[in-house]
Formats: sequence, structure tokens, C-alpha cells
Amino acid sequence: MSEKFDVIVVGAGPSGNAAAYTAAKAGLSVLQIERGEYPGSKNVQGAILYANALEQIIPDFREDAPLERHIIEQRMWVLDEESFVGTHFRSDDYNKPPYNRYTIIRAQFDKWFSSKVKEAGALVICETTVESLILDGDQVVGVRCDRQGGEVFADVVILADGVNSTLARKAGFHGEIQAGNVALAVKEILFMPQETIEARFNIKEEEGVVIEMFGKITDGMMGTGFLYTNKDSITLGVGCMLSDFKENPNRTSPYTLLEKMKAHPSVAPLIAGGEMKEYCAHLIPEGGFYAVPKVHGNGWMIVGDSGGFVNAVHREGSNLAMTTGRLAAETAIAAKAAGKGFKAKQLASYKQALDESFVMKDLHKYRDMPQVFHQNNQFFTTYPELLNRAARSMITVDGIDKKTKEKEIFSNFRKSRSLTGLAGDALKLWRAFR
Amino acid sequence: MHIVVCIKQVPDSAQIRVHPVTNTIMRQGVPAIVNPYDLFALEEALRLKDKFGGKVTVICMGPPQAEDALKKCISFGADDAVLVTDRSFAGADTLATSYALAAAVRQLGREQKVDIVFTGKQTIDGDTAQVGPGIAKRLGLQLLTYVSRIADLDLEHDSITVERRAEGGVQVLKTAVPCLITMLEGTNEMRFAPLENMIHAARYPVRKWNKEAAGIEDVTKIGLKGSPTVVSKVFGPTPRAEKALMQSVEDATPRDVALNVIQKIFTQHPTLERDILAKAAV
Ligand SMILES: Cc1cc2nc3c(=O)[nH]c(=O)nc-3n(C[C@H](O)[C@H](O)[C@H](O)COP(=O)(O)OP(=O)(O)OC[C@H]3O[C@@H](n4cnc5c(N)ncnc54)[C@H](O)[C@@H]3O)c2cc1C
Ligand SMILES: Cc1cc2nc3c(=O)[nH]c(=O)nc-3n(C[C@H](O)[C@H](O)[C@H](O)COP(=O)(O)OP(=O)(O)OC[C@H]3O[C@@H](n4cnc5c(N)ncnc54)[C@H](O)[C@@H]3O)c2cc1C
Repeated sequence: MSEKFDVIVVGAGPSGNAAAYTAAKAGLSVLQIERGEYPGSKNVQGAILYANALEQIIPDFREDAPLERHIIEQRMWVLDEESFVGTHFRSDDYNKPPYNRYTIIRAQFDKWFSSKVKEAGALVICETTVESLILDGDQVVGVRCDRQGGEVFADVVILADGVNSTLARKAGFHGEIQAGNVALAVKEILFMPQETIEARFNIKEEEGVVIEMFGKITDGMMGTGFLYTNKDSITLGVGCMLSDFKENPNRTSPYTLLEKMKAHPSVAPLIAGGEMKEYCAHLIPEGGFYAVPKVHGNGWMIVGDSGGFVNAVHREGSNLAMTTGRLAAETAIAAKAAGKGFKAKQLASYKQALDESFVMKDLHKYRDMPQVFHQNNQFFTTYPELLNRAARSMITVDGIDKKTKEKEIFSNFRKSRSLTGLAGDALKLWRAFR
Repeated sequence: MHIVVCIKQVPDSAQIRVHPVTNTIMRQGVPAIVNPYDLFALEEALRLKDKFGGKVTVICMGPPQAEDALKKCISFGADDAVLVTDRSFAGADTLATSYALAAAVRQLGREQKVDIVFTGKQTIDGDTAQVGPGIAKRLGLQLLTYVSRIADLDLEHDSITVERRAEGGVQVLKTAVPCLITMLEGTNEMRFAPLENMIHAARYPVRKWNKEAAGIEDVTKIGLKGSPTVVSKVFGPTPRAEKALMQSVEDATPRDVALNVIQKIFTQHPTLERDILAKAAV
């Protein structure tokens, strides 16, 4: 048979769906191939949906997308073994539509997004794994699937196959995954009655809370924990760099981390009585700017996690995935209209569009962050402990004068870290965040 | 030859949960699949088609989303698919379901004479195993239930021979076509669709019939109105108190461990040993 399409999209996560939708909507013939039983069946995300990226693809998505709660409060906790120091930002501004961020359940969200992709006219096939790219010289001309007669052709192949990005690796478009460039995250969804969630988190129907955590919960490894409120469930998880898990002297497993986090005295009461609905583990590409591979070539473009487009500092991934998917599709649409072929030259505007968008600008801004945190684990061990000790000391009323307490706090900091160390850390952080 | 296969879209029961608080079944987010038993019926139909030629039509009564289940059947090799869908079908029990499906099969027969109707043995959500027999009765078809093998089909003489699993043995039954077969699970293995079929299925325009198109005349026999059955309560079974036992063993061969376990079982169920020995002696 050997049919030929304008575009083949591999993968039906947010990046693949954004690409397939945009291309099909513009009238291109699109075949999307997903290995899971249905779109979303294999996917893992916290999940916070950032409205903006989706708005640019489906402006009226709020009408029927399965959204759990819109976020009105962000908590940031720095934890030691038994306490946390934190900031909470809550604003009624976040209650004014259109809302900015939502919690979602990916399995449902992906299914919805996929139904839109089909409506737009793309052909979507599931339970089919793309095994390799078909090359004609150095031009990608199609894909080979794990089914009989599994070759199918296209002008452009958009690789949206997620963090492992086996296809690009096999084709030599980028190197092996580095343990220092990916985080391993585990998460659970716990059932809880809606009223309990609303009472515990001080929210009304449809309002949601996000808690970001870091400190002792990651056992000295570079990583963070999170807790999100869904409609009648709570998602919580924790992730650390894969290389840190490998080197961890206590051989702490991701699962023990999560169990410890759930048992933390500040977390446990929030999730008490929750019944586990699902447990999963997934990699997150967190190498940042320097880990982004070549993003296009003759007849191919790479989008989403498979291109390493994740802003780990702000926990943004799906929005970068959707934006890169959209930009890749727009590139394919333009190339098709221009009629001059689909070589790297004609697809170069994808790279350009990425550079001009928030995607590469943000990744560039935080380009040194992974290094700084990775090489300085005091940010995950010493400082959280000191901070919590300081807070405890200042807040506990015990007859000791505040000046003495301040002195002790300062000396604690100096004992744990030299003055130059302290100043150096501050400088490193400032540089990385700048 | 024209074979009609009835398939139902069901929630994947492996992923269904009873809500811990409200005690209701939570269907939201549970993936919908083709009733697994129905795939044995479809595969058997496809094998007959491979052998004798002809056409396989799949039909399903269900909501618009059930189109996905039908497309899946197209990918496996079915030739045509009809979704019987109408708001007025909501709340149907087996009586109403078999009425609507029988009407639809009759309608298909007007397009091309139907020789065999297949259903699964039962569904994984309703579990009644009544719909197949209900359709057969309404259409006056010979009924063959729990079929494990189709031994022979003689189209010239309109006769069919099947093996049917019954308590204590296998029955070999011969009857006339047209007939309705409810296919037993585990009797064959669904084929793996080639890529071409997957693409064909994604494109396939499933036909949608409302109650008029399905030739339904008596609206008091469909949907909630036509359903005398009432589900009075749904509950999750309480877990049994005794848990599986795990014993760690050192310095013992698997044989010793097995013998030890068997001895313990026999001590707890004294008659069991006798029964097994008696059976073994036969
Ligand atoms: C625990 C966790 C929490 C997160 N939290 C957030 C958050 O709160 N907010 C946020 O924005 N981001 C978050 N992220 C990141 C976000 O999930 C990802 O950035 C996003 O899913 C990337 O989308 P994608 O489409 O590129 O990849 P994926 O969603 O991974 O999709 C890839 C798809 O390709 C399919 N596939 C792979 N290989 C093949 C093949 N060979 N053939 C066919 N199909 C194939 C897969 O089955 C999959 O469906 C989180 C990630 C994790 C792990
Ligand atoms: C949780 C729950 C609640 C229910 N609530 C109600 C209720 O409130 N009121 C009520 O009247 N009924 C109710 N039902 C019954 C429901 O409508 C039945 O499931 C339905 O009538 C079919 O019966 P069955 O699933 O037992 O099919 P079975 O008789 O076990 O199915 C045998 C075979 O018939 C075929 N078949 C069955 N259904 C279809 C179909 N729709 N389309 C095509 N082929 C089909 C398939 O080949 C199947 O393998 C409920 C069922 C469940 C599980």
C-alpha cells in the first residue's frame, strides 16, 4: 500500500496532539501514531495545565476540556525532617476568568485533546509503535511500525515520542540519555471526597492549591516534591535527578522518597484517609538549554519532551510541549505552501520560531541552573535545615533574648558553611536565576 | 455469506473502582474497550470469512463514543460497522437491548441476507449472557450457546456443526443456518491488524442508525420504558479477612515446599484428598 501523508506525527502526548491538530486544521493530511492503548494511557504529568499555550491552539478549550480545578494559591515549602518554612501566594485575582492554570488528569485530558485532533481531520491510530524512521539518503521520508506492512510515508515526520526519544537516538539525531539530564519522578493519585479537600485546603468548589516542596524530602538529591488538588483526588509526587539516585549513598529509591514525603508531619494530615488510585513513575528531561539537541533536519522536526523542552525551575513541560508542537506544525504548513521541499533549509524557520518564543528564552535564562543545583547539594540539605532551625528559634518563646538567638542562627550558618561559601552560594543562585 | 457480530463497548473492568466514599461505580476516566468476550466472536466470524468468503458486519448499540469500539473491529478485518444509537435507548436492560439489536439485525438482513449472528458469551459489565439468546428468540434463529469450536459449516445444505462446552463434557451439535452463536472465551486468538487496516479503520465512516433507521416500530419496547429490570443496589464486595499467606523457606527443594503445602491443604479440607484420589483412579 505505502500511503503517503503530508505529515506523520509520532506520539499523542501534548506535543504530538498540538502538532497534529494544528497541521490537520490547516488542511494538511496528517497521520498520528501512538503506541498506547489510547492517547494518554501511557502518559504521566503532575499535572498543571498552563492555559496560555493551549489557548493559542484551541482558544475555546475551556468549553469542554476535562479540567479539575483552577489554581488560586501557590505554596512553596522548604522542609527539614519535621517542619517547613514556607510562603503562600493566594489571590482572588486568580478567580477571575479566564483562569490561568488548572489541575488536570492527563489520561482524561489527552483523550479529550485527541478527540479534537480527530475532529480537525487527522487520522489517529493507537496500539502501534513506530520502530524506526525511513531514510532516503539523509532525508526522512516515513516511519516503520511494528505491524505487518508497517511502512508509511510523509513529507515531514514530527517526533513527539517523549523523553526517551528512541527514534531520534536510533537515527543518530541526538546522543544517549545522560543520567544527569533527566529526573526520575514518581507520583500517586489519592482519592478523597471533594468536601474534605475543600475543607483541608481552604478552598471553594473548583478552586485549587499547589504546593511545591524542596529540602530534606529529597535526601540530599537535586529534586522537588509537589502536591496538587484535583476535583476529588490529590496528586502528589517527588522527583530527583537520575544521576543522584544512582549515586545516593543510602540507595534511596524513588518510592521510599515518596513514602517519606507522605509521612512528613506537614504532609500527612493533608492526605490522611486518601485511597490510592494510581501510582506511576516517569522521566523528565531536565538538562535545560544545553541539553536541547538539534531540533530539525531533512524531513523531520522534534518537539516536546523528546527535544528536552522542559523548564524544570518553573515545573513547566506540557506548555513547552504544546508550543513546540504548534510551531513545528506551522513550519510544515508554511513549507508545504511554499512548495520548495522539506529539507533542513525549508524547516529552519522552526528553530527560528523556537528561539523567538518563550521556550528557548526561558531555557536560556536558566541555562546554568541545573549545574549550580547539581554541584551544590547544600541547597537541598544544609540550607533547608538551617532555615527551619532559624524559624523555630525565632518563633519559640523561651526566655532567651532575640539578639542572642540571631547570633546563634548566624553562627549556625557559618558553622555549616564558610562565609565565602555562603556568599558564593548567593552569587551562584543569583547568576542562575538572573 | 453474511455474518453479523454484536459487540458491546464496556468500561475496562480491570480499571473500575467503587468510590470509597459514595459507594458508586466510577466510570469517569475509565477507558472503554470492546467487551473482551466479543473479540472471540469476531475472530471466529473472520475465520469463517477467510474460509468461505463473504462479509462481516459488526453492530453495537450504545452512545456515540461506541464508534471507537466499532472502528477497532474494522481494524481487525470487519467489512462494515453500524452503530445503533438513539437517546431513547438509554436505560435499556437485556430485554430492551435484545429487542433493539434484533430489529437492527433484521434491517441488515434487508440489505443482505444474514446467515450467522455472533455474540460473545456475556459482557464483563452486565454479565447476564441474556442478550444473545434474546436476539435469537426474537429473530427465530437456531441458538447455539457456549460454542467452543465450529467444526463444520455446509453452506450448500445450510447446516452447521459446532462443539459446545457443557458441564462435564463437550456436546457436538448440528443445526440449520441461519443461526445465532454465542462464542466461548479462550477459543481462539484475535489477529494482529496490519498497518493498512489500522489506517482504513481510522478513516472508516461507521454507519449510525437511530431508532427509525434501525426499523424499530414499538417505542415502548426500547430504553427505560422497555426495561422491567431494576438494579436496586450496587456495592463493592468487602475484602475477606484472611489474607494470602507468605512463607519464606530456606534449605528446601521446591518439591518439599509443595508437598508441605499440599499436606496443609488436605489437613484443612479432609474430604479433598479422598475426592482427588477417587477422580485420579477413574
Ligand atoms: C511526575 C511529573 C510531573 C509533571 N508535572 C508537570 C506539570 O505539572 N505541568 C507541566 O506542564 N508539565 C509537567 N510535567 C512534564 C510534562 O508531563 C511533559 O513535559 C509533557 O508530557 C511532554 O509532552 P510530550 O507530548 O512531549 O511527551 P509525552 O506526554 O511523554 O508523550 C509522548 C507520547 O509518545 C508515545 N510514544 C513514544 N514512543 C513512541 C513510538 N515509538 N511510537 C508511537 N508512540 C510513541 C507515548 O506513548 C506517549 O503517548 C511533569 C512530568 C512528570 C513526569
Ligand atoms: C452498573 C450497571 C448498571 C445497570 N443499570 C441498569 C438500569 O438501571 N436499568 C436497566 O434496565 N439495566 C441496567 N443495566 C443493565 C445493562 O443495560 C445491560 O448491561 C445490557 O442490557 C446488556 O446486558 P449484558 O451486559 O448483561 O449483556 P450480555 O447478555 O451478557 O451480553 C451477551 C452478548 O450480547 C451482545 N451485546 C450485549 N449488549 C450489547 C449491545 N449494547 N450492543 C451490541 N451487542 C451487545 C454482546 O455480544 C455480548 O457478548 C445495568 C448494568 C450495569 C453493569
